[in-house]
Amino acid sequence: MSNVPAQLRYRDSHEWIDPTQSPSPVGITDHAQAELTDVVFVDPPKVGTQVSAGQQVCVIESVKAASDIYAPVAGEIVAINEALTGDPGLLNRDPYAGGWIFKIQPSTPAEFESLMDAAAYGRHIA
Amino acid sequence: MGARMVPFAGWDMPVQYTGIVDEHKAVRQNVGVFDISHMGQFIVSGPGAEAFLNRVLTNNITKLQPGHGQYTLLLNGLGGVIDDLIAYRTSEREFYLVVNASRIDTDWAHLETQLNKDDEVMMANASDFTAGLAIQGPQARAVAAAVFGSANSFPEHNTILVTMTENGPMWLCGTGYTGEEGFEFFMPMETAESWFRKIVDAVKLAGGMPCGLGARDTLRLEMGYPLNGNDLSEARTPLQAGLGFFVDLDKGDFTGRAALVAQKAAGLPDKLAAFRMTGAAPPPRPHYPVAFAGAIIGEVCSGTQSPSLGAGIGMAYVPLDAATIGSILEIEIRGRRFPAEVVKKPFYRKPAL
Repeated sequence: MSNVPAQLRYRDSHEWIDPTQSPSPVGITDHAQAELTDVVFVDPPKVGTQVSAGQQVCVIESVKAASDIYAPVAGEIVAINEALTGDPGLLNRDPYAGGWIFKIQPSTPAEFESLMDAAAYGRHIA
Repeated sequence: MGARMVPFAGWDMPVQYTGIVDEHKAVRQNVGVFDISHMGQFIVSGPGAEAFLNRVLTNNITKLQPGHGQYTLLLNGLGGVIDDLIAYRTSEREFYLVVNASRIDTDWAHLETQLNKDDEVMMANASDFTAGLAIQGPQARAVAAAVFGSANSFPEHNTILVTMTENGPMWLCGTGYTGEEGFEFFMPMETAESWFRKIVDAVKLAGGMPCGLGARDTLRLEMGYPLNGNDLSEARTPLQAGLGFFVDLDKGDFTGRAALVAQKAAGLPDKLAAFRMTGAAPPPRPHYPVAFAGAIIGEVCSGTQSPSLGAGIGMAYVPLDAATIGSILEIEIRGRRFPAEVVKKPFYRKPAL
């Protein structure tokens, strides 16, 4: 069974965001990393980019395929996880902590409410 | 078996069971088993079979002793590649051809057009009722011994053993698509299930695992083996694909020969080059643009991240001046260009023991 932490919010395209932190880290779920397997490259977004909710912001590459990553909420990209450059496998090994991809400063925190909670995401991937 | 299925040439095929990299490493270090039931099998027999096949295939089939096979190509009249295949001589007057799944109907139709009434040739298409497994890796011999009760049944490289068992007939071929020792095992569909279980059990016991199309692709590309549809097409000749070794221009006439002779005399317009990404880069993938000296000159045919090398690798048709070993290409990935170096095939060489 996939790990679905209770404090996070989820998009149907398998990104998670942590609304309890500001700025909020974003990554891909345990379920997504298990589906992709073997992440070999992360093409990060540019710090300072303004994004809208649902906008494609970066790409992660596994041996199998390139996958688009979408912003769960609108805001500004304020940080990227430099550790993924040298060790993209972090996304597989530690998807919810060391494997965060970027941090976003939300412009409309109310958008968190439009995302799935852990129970809803758990049903989504069941 | 927890497989992820994808449609491939009309079959639902497992792209991976546990993960491409794990499966890939299992084959390099141990053993893996692939379902290759989608592949096609033609049996060409009769007093005229040898002459007929020598007239339609590029390699010299008269050199084949019974029990031996060779890699060869089926060309159109312009020298373009319809298919690449393995032809085995199973007896003086019978040949067993193993062809690509996506090309079964095209190959068959082409062979029929090449056949003359007085050829004394019979052709049978056994593809629909033949299942197959490829057992590949350093432990493949141990798997054969466990399943067949004797290591003596292991077919040596490029040989074929056709025999009857209490489970029905089987064709054991000493070939593969991974660069590892191994064999391909074909059998009638209705006997497949019991064999599949035995073989998967033996593979697991030997420390291996079932593998999907994803690992099959990374393994073959590390060896620089072409995939028809990616690296071979009817628009290019085997000379452009670097497969001249499997073309015998001196054996007498065959379909496409005149075009190859003319192309050789005129010089090749381009050549399939192997390249390796030189720095951190996303994996190259089919159809990405390829640049040389600043200008786009082609596109990636096959490309992937090599699990053994930890680097992006691929092949592309490029003009001859760009195809020399050491020349620097650029692969355009989402609008950005990443450097790649033209290298010698195979990309991967087994470490010396």
